[in-house]
Amino acid sequence: MHKGIIISLALITGVGLFGIYAWHSPIEPINPQQNSAFTPQEIALGKTLASAGYCGTCHTAPDGQQYAGNYQMHTEFGTIYTSNITPDEKTGIGSWSLKAFERAMRSGVSRDGHHLLPAFPYEHFNKMSAEDIKAIYAYIMTSIPAVNQVKEENGIPFPLNIRWLQAGWKLLFADTSEFAKQSDKSEDWNRGAYLSEGLAHCGACHTPRNAVGAEDYDNMYAGAAIDGWYAPSLTASNPAPLPWRAEDFYEYLSTGNSTYHDSAGGPMAPVVHAGLSALSSDDLMAISLYFADKAGSGEQNIENNEALLSAINAQQALPDLRLDKGANLYAAACQSCHYSGQDMVKGRPLLALGSSLHLDEPTNLINVILDGFRADQGIHGVVMPAFRQAFTDEDIATIAAYLRQSAGEKAWPNLISKVGEVRRQPQFAH
Amino acid sequence: MATFNLNGKTVTADVESDTPLLWVIRDELGFTGTKFGCGIGTCGACTVHVGGRATRSCITPVVAVEGANITTIEGLSVDGDHPVQVAWQALQVPQCGYCQSGQIMQAASLLKDIPNPTDAEIDAVMSGNLCRCMTYVRIRQAIHDAAAATTQAEKENNNA
Repeated sequence: MHKGIIISLALITGVGLFGIYAWHSPIEPINPQQNSAFTPQEIALGKTLASAGYCGTCHTAPDGQQYAGNYQMHTEFGTIYTSNITPDEKTGIGSWSLKAFERAMRSGVSRDGHHLLPAFPYEHFNKMSAEDIKAIYAYIMTSIPAVNQVKEENGIPFPLNIRWLQAGWKLLFADTSEFAKQSDKSEDWNRGAYLSEGLAHCGACHTPRNAVGAEDYDNMYAGAAIDGWYAPSLTASNPAPLPWRAEDFYEYLSTGNSTYHDSAGGPMAPVVHAGLSALSSDDLMAISLYFADKAGSGEQNIENNEALLSAINAQQALPDLRLDKGANLYAAACQSCHYSGQDMVKGRPLLALGSSLHLDEPTNLINVILDGFRADQGIHGVVMPAFRQAFTDEDIATIAAYLRQSAGEKAWPNLISKVGEVRRQPQFAH
Repeated sequence: MATFNLNGKTVTADVESDTPLLWVIRDELGFTGTKFGCGIGTCGACTVHVGGRATRSCITPVVAVEGANITTIEGLSVDGDHPVQVAWQALQVPQCGYCQSGQIMQAASLLKDIPNPTDAEIDAVMSGNLCRCMTYVRIRQAIHDAAAATTQAEKENNNA
């Protein structure tokens, strides 16, 4: 009897405490006219940061108005439509005070007190300084045209759509600690860590998630599936044959391509071209130093690296095209660009060096063969054609199998049906 | 609607975004030097330059080239005197001629990346450009000649 009472009391107390934890009061709406005290420097910084944090990539629908939301995200929990973050008072964040904006950025709570879904990566934005968050607020409030557009209803099924459950998710899974400098690392490294872990939220795609969609911080940057693609590991477990040195990251992040690796496709393309390109070269180098350290690549000369030499030499012995259909299709459709002679030429990528042939899943390779690269993806202004209408699943599987074998990897299983799956998966607007 | 730069001029075409670039260049913009061959990116007749790189225009959706710089055979040189074109004429490379604009665009792009290619390098890069008249031997020789002429011209420029 006594035991029952104690358990009941404990439960009631627990639920009560959780209720207190979960409940957030609304923050009073403001009149946007009150917002005038921003300096031009703050607004300019905010513009840079908003770009480098890719606010527009998720908060702008294809052919929609900037930051007006309703970009469709297909998640394993259902379809999410992003919020309108223009300064419109009724449907956007025009009535949000800086305090309300900062609370949302740091803890994923809307001005009216409801919990935002963790598709909004507030655990990352929480690592940002108050000055940087204020700058983004200043930019949005002063420079983004207000758009009256109501957010579409999310397609998240019951019970996942119960918003206060998000509080439990946060309590259990979200990293809510502030950014902490590491004193044994350089200033540049720390700057790179600050940008990558916070604003640029690299881990949101590159860190695997657990069964309820929370980042697995013990496997930070170990690689994860995202938006019908695979975001490769950024640690020493990255499967590319050549090391990712700081200079390789820098080349990749500043041009959309690393000559000794591959190009930024799919969800990574806007990260480079619509996002990080706003940052200074010092900041890009800081990010590069941070990730070179995560990859454990160090300083090394790769010109005589065996993997590089064998990839270059492998293209010299042209196979008998009558015997191998994969080689035949490759020679006809791919080799005019994907051939680099004795010296590596930027824009002539050797596929054996890219991660897509060495990942456990052929998803990235198939995506690229199906839809190519637009001018705003990969190397800016250069395209790769799209073979979606040209080649059958079998053709693409044959090329992929040939490339996989040439790269010295064991065959991907069920490749033809995998091509079909990737062909039919929902298309994301990137 | 698509806007890009074609042979140095900004052009706009009111077409569906998935229209092949080749259709836009030929039918909407009237540049018919670029040819339709297989329609699946495996014969090279439709080759143009996008951002300076040889690209099969028959399977490139026009949305992909938004804002890009495109050069067709009509824009390769003002007077038709690109070193590849000169070598082509000197050796009388084409027979029926249908594939030659694609061949020339591919060869010009090859020489930019690999200025003095070996036979094997030419074969590797040019094997996606088919010629039904089998003029491959002359195509290969013309590329060697154009490479030599370009190297010679550069030497003279450096000495001048």
